[in-house]
Amino acid sequence: MYRYILKRILFLIPTILGVVFIIFFVLNLTPGNPGRSILGVSAPQEAVDQLNEELGYNDPLLVKYFNYLKNLVLNRSFGTSYFTGQAVADEVLPRFGVTLKLSTIGIIISTLVGVPLGILTAVKQYSIWDYVPSVLAFLLAAIPSFVLGMVLLFVFALKLNILPSYGLETWKCYIMPSLCMAIPITAFNVRFTKSSMLESIREDYIDTARAKGAKERTVIWKHALKNALLPVITNIGLNMGGLIMGAVVAERLFSVPGIGALIVDRIAYKDEPVIIAGTIVISITFTIIMLAVDIIYAFVDPRIRAKYTKVKG
Amino acid sequence: MSQNVTAANPAAMERVKFKKQSQAKEIWRRFRKNRGSMVGLIMLTIIVLALVFANLITSYDAATAQNLRIKLDPPSAEHWFGTDSYGRDLFARVLYGGRTSLSIAVLATLSSCVVGCALGAIAGYFGGKVDNIIMRGLDIFMSVPDILFTMAVVFALGASMVNLLIALTLAYFTNYVRLVRSQILSLSDLEYVEAARAGGAGSARIIMSHIFPNAMGVIIVNTTLNVAKIILYESTLSFLGLGMPPPQPEWGLILSEAREYMRSAPHMLLFPALAIVLTACSVNLIGDGLRDAMDPHLKS
Repeated sequence: MYRYILKRILFLIPTILGVVFIIFFVLNLTPGNPGRSILGVSAPQEAVDQLNEELGYNDPLLVKYFNYLKNLVLNRSFGTSYFTGQAVADEVLPRFGVTLKLSTIGIIISTLVGVPLGILTAVKQYSIWDYVPSVLAFLLAAIPSFVLGMVLLFVFALKLNILPSYGLETWKCYIMPSLCMAIPITAFNVRFTKSSMLESIREDYIDTARAKGAKERTVIWKHALKNALLPVITNIGLNMGGLIMGAVVAERLFSVPGIGALIVDRIAYKDEPVIIAGTIVISITFTIIMLAVDIIYAFVDPRIRAKYTKVKG
Repeated sequence: MSQNVTAANPAAMERVKFKKQSQAKEIWRRFRKNRGSMVGLIMLTIIVLALVFANLITSYDAATAQNLRIKLDPPSAEHWFGTDSYGRDLFARVLYGGRTSLSIAVLATLSSCVVGCALGAIAGYFGGKVDNIIMRGLDIFMSVPDILFTMAVVFALGASMVNLLIALTLAYFTNYVRLVRSQILSLSDLEYVEAARAGGAGSARIIMSHIFPNAMGVIIVNTTLNVAKIILYESTLSFLGLGMPPPQPEWGLILSEAREYMRSAPHMLLFPALAIVLTACSVNLIGDGLRDAMDPHLKS
């Protein structure tokens, strides 16, 4: 078991190196020109060429990649922004904190609301407790988060005027962005938990439990729920991708100074260092959370534990 | 090998054909019984017909012709969905925008399906080192969240329809690799594949004619549901300014233009949003129905 965890943690290193490489590779496809971006349109060509040379823009991809890694590890530096001239870390990291806070609120809401609702719909299948949440979840899963955010803006900021439409000054400002992020994932969680629970209820061990004479309540809450919740744990890991997308949208829509909005904004300015750093920071966080979910899963699911001990003897 | 069987025993071939047809019929029979899915199918048919014959309903000029005197007009008999900030007819824009959105969604779904299935088939069938390389590579690839990867691709290549297709394919093919690989792993242990191998069939033949037809059900269901996901994803990209470049009408783009005028012209938000939601809902209804119809043990 510990070998499994150790192996997974060690695989983190090539993963992070690979992630940085992929981002580097993709961004190198661009015909952009950092010297031109920094010095502006009117600068003389020689100055631009010289700056490009200094920045290592003309180096081959692999050299650039290793220089970047070296700089990152030795100086803990993400370089300097082409657009603002500031250290990238100073721009990216505070904004990352904002995104992390919003995402945490989003994941808590969507889990605390989505999973119990999913259980309810499965346990009370074919009743009003099933139909209403299921239909709602079905509809909400078909609404892109930016449309949802715009509807929230329209209702709560423009018509009712009870919530601020931008910024992060008071706790009220957090309501709409986190709802905009949480609602689509909540809908997804309801649907996922429901099908997982229904599958679990259909299993043979449920019949066995009933045949033993266990009370219906015990059967549902002890036997079915325990098994149904396992896939739900992995599902929370799967939510992360959607959550990041929701963060980008919500930050853009509600003018929240988060990392997603930063990346989208800087695309227009071809500010490569910020885009690379932002992508790397989010990807590494994403990878670590996925790993944590996998490890928790391995701990909770006796089948995986057993499989691993058997294989490795 | 199987050609010999055909030549020697046409009756056997006949039986196989008959069986195939009856299975499709059986699926259709189960699908038809599902009221929700039939509603979805009818809605989608109407939407697709309207988009295909858009030029019979209204001209493309109406979607692009600007007329500032009638800008932001609410819905009327002349402009069913009202007009936008340039005085363009919103109904025509939604209709022609749907053509762009849906064709990108379908093309991206197909290309990600082809790429993903091919990689998944290779990984699953050959196993060992090949499998390891593909799957570890995929693990690393999937560590970059889709939206960031798409943003990087669009940043590097620029916003255009082809680049959008590339970005969407890269975001969605991973699903299929895992799906097809796991299908092949579970199917290639079955006796009939063993029999085919013993009969001297090559790898390509086994994958194409013995494994794929049996994995088809799951792939079709997944592909259907993916179309809906890509419609939402693509409109989000356009909203962020990373999808189709303006002025071509596209659902996400129309919505992002609506943002500034929400207070004075909420119809600009309402109609394109309804178009996206109705389309995504009907595709999802069909996908759910197909899943139930193709998986008979779920219904028992």
